[in-house]
Parts: sequence; structure tokens; C-alpha cells
Amino acid sequence: MTRYSLWSLLREGLTGHRGWPKAWRDPAPRPSYDVVIVGGGGHGLATAFYLARNHGIRNVAVLERGWIGQGNSGRNTTVIRSNYFFPESAAFYEFALRLYETSARELNFNTMVSQRGLITLSHSRHDLEGARRWVNAMHLNGIDSEMLTTADIARMVPDLDCSPGARHPIHGGFMQRRGGIARHDAVVWGYARAADALGVDIIQNCEVTGFVFDGPRAAGVQTSRGTIMAGRIGLAAAGHQSVLAGMAGFRLPLTTYALQAFVSEPLKPWLDKVVISPATGVYASQSDKGEIVLGGALDLYPSYAQRGNLPVAEHVMSGFLELFPSMARVRFLRQWAGMTDVVHDSSPIIGAAPVEGIWLNCGWGTGGFKAIPAGGWTFAHTIANQAPHPLVEGFGLDRFARGALIDEAAASGIAH
Amino acid sequence: MLLIACPHCGPRDEAEFVCGGQTHIARPGPPETTSDAQWARYLFERDNPKGLHLERWLHRHGCGQWFNVARDTLTHEVKAVYGLLDTRPDVT
Repeated sequence: MTRYSLWSLLREGLTGHRGWPKAWRDPAPRPSYDVVIVGGGGHGLATAFYLARNHGIRNVAVLERGWIGQGNSGRNTTVIRSNYFFPESAAFYEFALRLYETSARELNFNTMVSQRGLITLSHSRHDLEGARRWVNAMHLNGIDSEMLTTADIARMVPDLDCSPGARHPIHGGFMQRRGGIARHDAVVWGYARAADALGVDIIQNCEVTGFVFDGPRAAGVQTSRGTIMAGRIGLAAAGHQSVLAGMAGFRLPLTTYALQAFVSEPLKPWLDKVVISPATGVYASQSDKGEIVLGGALDLYPSYAQRGNLPVAEHVMSGFLELFPSMARVRFLRQWAGMTDVVHDSSPIIGAAPVEGIWLNCGWGTGGFKAIPAGGWTFAHTIANQAPHPLVEGFGLDRFARGALIDEAAASGIAH
Repeated sequence: MLLIACPHCGPRDEAEFVCGGQTHIARPGPPETTSDAQWARYLFERDNPKGLHLERWLHRHGCGQWFNVARDTLTHEVKAVYGLLDTRPDVT
């Protein structure tokens, strides 16, 4: 692997950029691996990287049906934050944010992490009370956050309609200054390149079609590129996890919904914060290319369609325009949907599957991107040690029968 | 955009409806012989297929009635609309 540095950039700049090697290999699948990860998104690739780096398990394959980052890792709104309510979630997502902070150095890849601050708006007195409770919970969990007045917000986001006559008046809000955005493709590519350099095989265009059993134990996968045996199998397929579980003969407490997002034509620098309005179900940021990136609520019926429907698009746009009336003439360039695997308590599932030999990383709902480094780190630990990492002990599949839900549905910024 | 034929009101825009999730879920019982695991499966585990899904819908901004829909979750095609207490239709 060529190390990316100012020196390598200068050298290549002087020689016409013809010497850059491929960032990762394109190997044919081998007959067997110690660990096979299904799903070449952020979570799957990060898991493979940390298996190799933290646990010395390098005989690892990541199987991806299409190309890496084709699924939800390329279909999100790139927000990173750790403004969660319950101690388990706060500890987990704070670990993810801290890993993001050092990811560029760690992976030798510019993940373009921009901790520009994340503002959550309160549109009523009751929203404001909820925000105070939320901020207090974050402080108790040792995470930075601060209350903002309407004047603070108007100063930081000048185009936000903070007038008393606004359709959704701004009563105040709160801010996590360390929240922000990262570059989604760079996170996928950075983990892929770093994992590949440690010997992980990234196998694209390789769809899993079934499982190979040795008695009750899952011992391998059948794929569109042949049978691949595995010592352990990790499933990290986001919205398609239920389909894989069905092939292996078990069910999961997941429902797959489309979550839409939108980008506008590129504009000059306009918004240097992430603004979330839970009451209108809209959040917005501006990418480094200048596009306004908008997200909203789920299309609330089960779907695997990766596109989403117009009524939700209209809802998101109208909410955005009530907040930012000056944007009325801006045109939107693209719309897409990711397939989110929503769990009843809006918390992830990391741990053992009901079938021996299979381990699960799923249930991220609308919030998988921000969790990628910690999801990979803890999932690798869980697979390597065949026991959950301390940060995810509460996130096992057994919590449903025990009634020990970690109910972040109301506390995660956008209800899902 | 879905066009859903409410059995009582006729074809209407999806914005008038609310999806209630999987239908034909049998409640386990009696309670004294139902294990925690069975109860958890009843509360939380859903079919979640990529393809044909049998689900309940409510015509909230219309007649206010619940009914069943057979719909493909990949194409969003509505294959059948049938009554809440009807047996599952013969569609694939």
C-alpha cells in the first residue's frame, strides 16, 4: 500500500498522477476463510479492519452483492453525533465519534470529518423542556452539549426563520459542538483500503444465496461466485439482514423501511452547522461541494425499493421551506433512499444469532453511518472472542425476551 | 405514490392511509403457558419479506376502517385488497 502523504501527492503531481496504485485488490474468493463478513458497507469493512488490526485475524473475506458502499453507506446524510439519552447508547455512540475524530490518521485516508456543530431546534415550550432534559442526560453521560437561546441560533444560522410569526417558531435549542458530518464514501474507501492492506479479501459482485450447514452450525455460505466455507460468519447487511436470516432459518425483530434523502444544486457557503428539527422531521447540512443535504422521516410502510415515494418528499421539502423560506427557488438535483432495518426500540443488535456460527450486526435503523467505527470495533471483538464487547452487552438479541429494551425511539434526534 | 383501493371508499392516494404492519398475527396463549420467548416473538418479530407482504392499513383520513392489503415490498405493487377478517388471498 502506498502511504498517502504530502510527499506522495507532490511526487505524483510532478509525474502526471500516473503512479497511484489501486487502493484495494480485486481478489477471487478462496474456498475458505477464518471469518466471512456478509455486507461490504461501512460496518462490514470496519469489522474486517478491526478483526485484522485489533485481533490479528487476517484470513477474512468481506462479501458484497454489488460494489462496496452501494447500499446504505452511500445513501445516508453523513451526520455524526453522540447526543443519545441512555447510558448504553451514549457510551457506544461517543466511542464511535471519538474513533471518527482520529479516523483520518488511523486509516491514512481523508475521511473529511468536520465537527461543525449540530443544532437541535425546539419549536415549543415543551420541546424546550425536552431539550433541557436531553442536555442534562448528555452531561450525566459525560458528553458535551449546551442549551442555545433563539438569539444564539439566529446568529449561527442567519437564514433560519426565527421570527415570532414563523410557522414553526424557534423557542431555542441545544447544540453538540463535536457533532458534524464526515464524507461517507471516504469512510467506506478508507476502511476498505486499510483492511485490504492487512490482508482482508474484499470480494465484490458476490451475492450470498444460502448457507452451508455442518449439523446445526453454519459453516459457510453459498454465493453467486461459489461456496465459501467460514470458521465464523458475521452478517452486516443492514436492510437486507432479514433476508439473510431467512436463508439461515431464523427470524429477526426488524422491519425494513425506505429513508429518503435529497441534495440540491451546489450553492456558495450558506450553512456551516447541521440543523435538526425533530418536530418537522427535517434536518439539513451543506456538503463541501456546496449541496444542501436534506433528510427527513421514514416512508412508513415496509419497503426494499431503494427509492421512496413522493408524499414524504413533499413533507420534507415543505418542512425545510418553513424553516428556511429564502431557499424556495433552490432546485434539487438528486433523491435516493436507503433501506433501514428498524428495531422496535431503535437500538442496534450486535451479538450471537440463534444459529451457531453466525454473528449479527444490524438494527441501525436510520442511524447506521454515525456508528460505523464503533460498530466495526465492537463487532470484531464480539466475533473474535465469541462474546460481546462490553460496550454492546446490552444490545444482544436476548434483550427482547428479557424485556430489557434500550428505548432510544424518542431520544435519537429523528424518531424512527 | 401508492393508489390504494379502500374497500369502502374506492381508490385513494396513499397520503390518506396509515400502514399498520404485518397482518394475520396470532396472539399466543393462554398466558400461563406462554413463555417469555414466545411472547417476545409475538411482540417484536415480523415477516419483513423482500416481495409479497400481507399487511394492515387504516383509512385514517377517510372512512376510518382497517382492512388488509397484499403488496410487494420491492415493486410497491398492490396485489389485492381484502377485509380485515378475510383469509389470505391467492396471490404470489
